[in-house]
Amino acid sequence: MSKVDFNKETGPREVFCGLTSIVWLHRRMPDAFFLVVGSRTCAHLIQSAAGVMIFAEPRFGTAILEEKDLAGLADAHEELDRVVNDLVARRPEIKTLFLVGSCPSEVIKLDLATVAEKLNKRFLGQVRFVNYSGSGIETTFTQGEDGALKALIPLMDSSNEEKLLLVGTLANNVEDRFKKIFKNLGISNIESFPPRQSTELPKIGKNTKVLLTQPYLSDTVRDLKHRGCEIISAPFPLGIEGSTKWFLAAAKAFKISELKVHEIISPLINRAKLALDSHKEILKGKRLFLLPESQLEISLARFLHNECEMDLIEVGTPYLNKDLMKEEINLLPDNTKIVEGQHVEKQLDRVRESNPDLVVCGMGLANPLEAEGISTKWSIEMVFSPIHGIDQAADLAGLFSKPLKRNQILTSKTLVTQ
Amino acid sequence: MKGGGERPPVTYTTFQARDLGGDTAELVKKNIKEAVERFKPKTLLVGESCTAELIQDQPGALAKGMGFDMPIVNLELPAYSKKENWGASETFYQLTRTLLKDKVSSLEKISSVRWKELGRRPKVNILGPSLLGFRCRDDVIEIQRILSEQGIDTNVVAPLGASPDDIERLIDAEINICLYQEIAGTSCEWLKRNFGMEYTNIIPIGIKNTIEFINEVHKKLDLALTNKEELEHKSKLPWYSKSVDSNYLTGKRVFIFGDGTHAIAAAKIAKEELGFEVVGLGTYSREMARQVRATAKNLNVEALITNNYLEVEDAIKKAAPELVLGTQMERHSAKRLGIPCSVISTPMHVQDVPARYSPQMGWEGANVIFDDWVHPLMMGLEEHLIDMFKHDFEFVDGHQSHLGHTATKIKDCINPDEKNDKNNKEGIIWTESGRAELTKVPFFVRGKVKTNTEKYAILRGIPEISDETLYDAKAYFS
Repeated sequence: MSKVDFNKETGPREVFCGLTSIVWLHRRMPDAFFLVVGSRTCAHLIQSAAGVMIFAEPRFGTAILEEKDLAGLADAHEELDRVVNDLVARRPEIKTLFLVGSCPSEVIKLDLATVAEKLNKRFLGQVRFVNYSGSGIETTFTQGEDGALKALIPLMDSSNEEKLLLVGTLANNVEDRFKKIFKNLGISNIESFPPRQSTELPKIGKNTKVLLTQPYLSDTVRDLKHRGCEIISAPFPLGIEGSTKWFLAAAKAFKISELKVHEIISPLINRAKLALDSHKEILKGKRLFLLPESQLEISLARFLHNECEMDLIEVGTPYLNKDLMKEEINLLPDNTKIVEGQHVEKQLDRVRESNPDLVVCGMGLANPLEAEGISTKWSIEMVFSPIHGIDQAADLAGLFSKPLKRNQILTSKTLVTQ
Repeated sequence: MKGGGERPPVTYTTFQARDLGGDTAELVKKNIKEAVERFKPKTLLVGESCTAELIQDQPGALAKGMGFDMPIVNLELPAYSKKENWGASETFYQLTRTLLKDKVSSLEKISSVRWKELGRRPKVNILGPSLLGFRCRDDVIEIQRILSEQGIDTNVVAPLGASPDDIERLIDAEINICLYQEIAGTSCEWLKRNFGMEYTNIIPIGIKNTIEFINEVHKKLDLALTNKEELEHKSKLPWYSKSVDSNYLTGKRVFIFGDGTHAIAAAKIAKEELGFEVVGLGTYSREMARQVRATAKNLNVEALITNNYLEVEDAIKKAAPELVLGTQMERHSAKRLGIPCSVISTPMHVQDVPARYSPQMGWEGANVIFDDWVHPLMMGLEEHLIDMFKHDFEFVDGHQSHLGHTATKIKDCINPDEKNDKNNKEGIIWTESGRAELTKVPFFVRGKVKTNTEKYAILRGIPEISDETLYDAKAYFS
């Protein structure tokens, strides 16, 4: 492991809770519905974080806990029953219904597992119910996906068939590209988890080789291991370097020669490098501060330093699983400052003191920092944009070069008059 | 309460799972202490989130026991029974009460005519506007401009942009202007009870309301209104509304839903200043349900009091309006239903916070409302022209560009495959003449005419629809 500087911090956090992951999960599995059991605040969060404010009737909703539900759990169960009945009747196309716990439902100890069990009996053959917690007390942002996937594992049948299982939500077009490349490498049996249809869960067993596409899936990985799956150790497929090593690790697990991998991906690497150049010109030597949010921060820091030549001031992450991140941390430059957890006020003091060229942060901090003259990049965009793989390396760099470019255009010519 | 780009002075305690087993109260106290050291506030407001309410540490009481010398406001905002406007109102009230309660006994009641004895212009407070309120930033400017023209000074605007010092100065004014009952109603009432300060009830949205508002302010201050005639000509809305170009607005069916203040005002403007027909009126502001019901009763509609957007969507569908005035949610519902919509109330989207000056209140507010409500509609003349030219070969349904005419035929809204077939489940047939006549109907109402005619045919047991059936149906439904 390279000599990075690990730190921990606690205090007020400015990180989304796990409910937010519903925003991309409901798009990935259009036959699933996510029912949050929480407060009005929870309802407000997912509705505004989703940004969609409901053009089509969305596949997520909130069963809102009211005063009477707190007084007696019987009332809360009744209310939940009512909402579920209504939903099942209104949305016959829903095949899997996720009951998602929140801070209040966890604190009043609403037992969603038992509720799910009862509902499964009642709606047998019609809708499946699973539950997980998106509570901010236990999870941040992307950890919601970890919880949702973990909840699906018990529903997955066993099979000893040899296969490559890509784990973590990917944009559909990126997933297709990856599958094509793996097929060219000679790996023909490839499945994804989560699947595009919630009912088409992959079968898993001792010949399932798991390749993670996202770094925030600690609990899912643990349960997949329990089911006998082999976890392929690799950095994450962000940027050319990460993606190359990721393909190589998968090839090795399937005993495919390195030479074959290079033969197939070299043309992709060459054109990606060309595309990356114009962004590198802007990013090179610029100083970067990453605030904790998505757990993608370490991989992003590695990409932006190694391939775009940015200088890393501080790399925040809401949670650090050193085991899962081992390959990534090895690729970081020496003395990189990693901070796990957050004290948002102290961290903002450090942001201001270090005078960064670019700060990656959540939406709540971006506008205030911009007002202070600091360029920012919303971290939530990383989970909405197709950024994985060699072909997307330049697009990924573009997410970071754009605010700098924009800043240059606006301050040098248009908006400053003196 | 700053409106600039800086981060608001807000902090919070974040609980994690491991904290819940331990002493969460200590964690809260540590954070309060840090916040006081960092922000050095003049006043400290302490509140509980939905989850903190369940943990029951009572952070407000904790803060009060920590020996600080600044005023501390303990906010109790029951998250499981109350909603955002109630919370804003309660916060503003508690803040006002905390900062002014010591002055209650030492002062005799404030007379709304004391400006005369003091030998200065009358002073008023503008209460209710907030940073996230609908067009509040511009409403404040507009109202201040109107008052100042009448020789009235603004003492304090709150809560938007106010500091604790400003709240303490509220009693320097003679009366309060209550611009938004949802947020300032409780505070205005408290100031009246304890300091005798009168407050206004009329919300100056629309021409009539603005004039009545100015009258009310003058009456309360006992100030002579010298420019009464002039007021009628301050806004362009009446001229635009009376112009022959606006004839087509007569009786347009409009559905209104929003907070109490904006929904009630919109109903009045729609009916009395634009000549619309109000076919639905509702609010999510339960605190104002009584007033909305009264307004609805006068309009012969039943008020819809709900916070379920699906219920609102159903009501819109049933009322079949030609224009929806609503919140961001109704904008989406209206889009789904293919009905034009203008947003008149929070909750709103960034696009409802325009960069340009665009108040809802006062004279300019009336101008803005005319434009914002009328623009989503297709103009009368436009409707007429489409009808006139629809048989020209250049005319293409849904494509009225002057550039690149590609198609030359008007599409028939009856699917060609269905021709000569029994084209609906009741077995009704469109004859040649019926179909030809249907293509002459403007495309934007063709679907509706087709459905209505079929409905009529079923009703009358007519198996074949000819051109005559179409006209019979038209007469029947008109």
